[in-house]
Amino acid sequence: MAELTLVEAINDGFHVELGRDPDVMVMGEDVGRAGGVFRATAGLRERFGENRCVDTPLAEAGILGSAVGLCMAGWRPVCEMQYDAFSYPCLDQLITHVGRYRWRTGGAMAFPLVVRMPYGGGVRAPELHDDSPETYYVHTPGVKVAIPSTPADAKGLLAAAIRDPDPVVVLEPKLHYRTLRGEVPEGEHVVPLGQARTVREGDDLTFVAYGSMVPLAEQAADALDASVEILDIRTLKPLDEDALIAAAAKTGRVVIVQEAPRTAGYGAELAAILAEKAMLDLRAPVVRVTGYDVPYPYWQIEDAYMPSVERVVDAARKLLEF
Amino acid sequence: MAQVLPAEGDLRRVIGDGEGVPDGEVEGLSEADLLELHRQLVLLRTYDERSVVYHRQGRIGTYAIFWGHEAMQVGSNYALDREDWIFPSYRESAIGLLRGLPAATILSWWRGHPAGWWNPQDWNVASICVPIGTHVPHAAGLAWGKKLRGENTCAIAYFGDGATSEGAFHEGANFAAVMRAPVILFCNNNQWAISTPLSAQTAAETLADKAVGYGIPGVRVDGADVLAVYEATREAVARARAGEGPTLIEAVTYRTAPHATADDPTAYIDLERVEEERGRECVGRYEAYLRRLGLLSDEAAETVRAEAAQRMRDGIAAAEAEPPADPSLLFSHAFAEPPASFESDLAELRRVLGG
Repeated sequence: MAELTLVEAINDGFHVELGRDPDVMVMGEDVGRAGGVFRATAGLRERFGENRCVDTPLAEAGILGSAVGLCMAGWRPVCEMQYDAFSYPCLDQLITHVGRYRWRTGGAMAFPLVVRMPYGGGVRAPELHDDSPETYYVHTPGVKVAIPSTPADAKGLLAAAIRDPDPVVVLEPKLHYRTLRGEVPEGEHVVPLGQARTVREGDDLTFVAYGSMVPLAEQAADALDASVEILDIRTLKPLDEDALIAAAAKTGRVVIVQEAPRTAGYGAELAAILAEKAMLDLRAPVVRVTGYDVPYPYWQIEDAYMPSVERVVDAARKLLEF
Repeated sequence: MAQVLPAEGDLRRVIGDGEGVPDGEVEGLSEADLLELHRQLVLLRTYDERSVVYHRQGRIGTYAIFWGHEAMQVGSNYALDREDWIFPSYRESAIGLLRGLPAATILSWWRGHPAGWWNPQDWNVASICVPIGTHVPHAAGLAWGKKLRGENTCAIAYFGDGATSEGAFHEGANFAAVMRAPVILFCNNNQWAISTPLSAQTAAETLADKAVGYGIPGVRVDGADVLAVYEATREAVARARAGEGPTLIEAVTYRTAPHATADDPTAYIDLERVEEERGRECVGRYEAYLRRLGLLSDEAAETVRAEAAQRMRDGIAAAEAEPPADPSLLFSHAFAEPPASFESDLAELRRVLGG
């Protein structure tokens, strides 16, 4: 085991996966010569050549659209979108083709591509470097979505995404690229898609979170005088529904923490599943702590936007007193 | 009515008019090739005309008509090898016929039946692209990917004049050019995007001019001249195979049919111009050319038409003989390994349907 930062773990995962499978290639803006603006792809061009770590034109729809064609030529492209909010042009390709092409060929052709991007706020960045766009991706049929919260999962979920026969979108919490360190298995490490992770066990209430909200949930749990179960969703689609229902049933009180705006966010899906399938296990309403339904703000007031320890603790206390 | 008319001078042509304009010829095409081109033109023409009838009879759904576009499809495809990949838009829905794709499959697609699925790898014909221009990057990616693998395979993407306004066209063309991908960007400029004339689509003098911005050659050709289209595409293919990257071909014609069966162009189109253009449509022009060469008799032409008509009769019969699609097809191919929710969704659906 090596202790790595989250972005170092991603880079390690890339080196392992490109070394393992000669069909895997990385493409995106500044991924080659620069090794990525966050250094996630550092050293790949030098080690695997310019054809397997490709600096592309600045064209997100072109990147993903070309990746569709590359899949048809037998490649497994991993596309980097430089930032969350810069990924929106690629939604055109994702919605109209990436998520549909297998179906429209009657399953005859596979599109084993990956779209990965840094996401989320709290990094004092200019506008549109802070979004949490997971719902757009989750809502698109035919694609899977994963969001790691630890260095080990960042490596393992990336490997699973690369090896998966279907398109997978991986959002990486950029807030924790370098602020989070952890033990990461060396060599091949795969965290299967569709499996949630119990972060800690507890009896009084349950926090459900993913990505950058998992460490926040842990801090909030530490601040409470209560026994808190924390579930890291890890794969938003396909969701580990059994783990969600079990974690909710264990305490009967659930706080869902989501950085993205509230309305129709992923937390709403989690709450709906609990309403449909865990009603008799609940002792209190399911509560969401989320970003607000406003544009992600300029950074001087972003702390007021982001779900905070205080807001999660407040929601938890209300539930405990319900 | 505002129109950008094709400049007569810079459109490449081979077929003359039998009067003042003399016929040319394309080097390397045998008599057998010339007759095969005719057979393919008639096949597509028959497919298109029968499809409009089938639509009126309620046997297929809304259908995008390509009457008058056959020369662009036949001529360009004839310059390709079987290994080369075709990325059709809905205007080229039946181009797979030229590779042997069954008419029943394409008719099933227009019938909205999953029997309209085909495996692109069986024919090297990608699925029909419905959104405008979004398949241009696919062609770029495939050609680039094949080149990286050391395969000498080209890709051709078909799109209309309206598509050149789309971001996807731009990103795909630029990608192809930067990667020097062996791609032919084939624009069928029929001068109308539903009701929007070319003059409202672009301020450029020609669509081929756009090639300059990508650093690639742009060629203009008469889209109703199957031999000129073939020759221009053959040159583009040669460039692509030589590692010289993409070519933009602007084939100019005029849309004399509705955009689709759901469209009524009388509200916006110049009907006199339509009549005039129908008089120089591509199949008739090519047949006149062959007759001037003494290569086509009435009897031979009738045989070709009869064969195409029989293929369509067989095709629609086979499409209509498909049993109703099972609801399980909703779920069966969205993912390689369907999530657990699909199984319960299907079970619930079957229970409610009583199946």
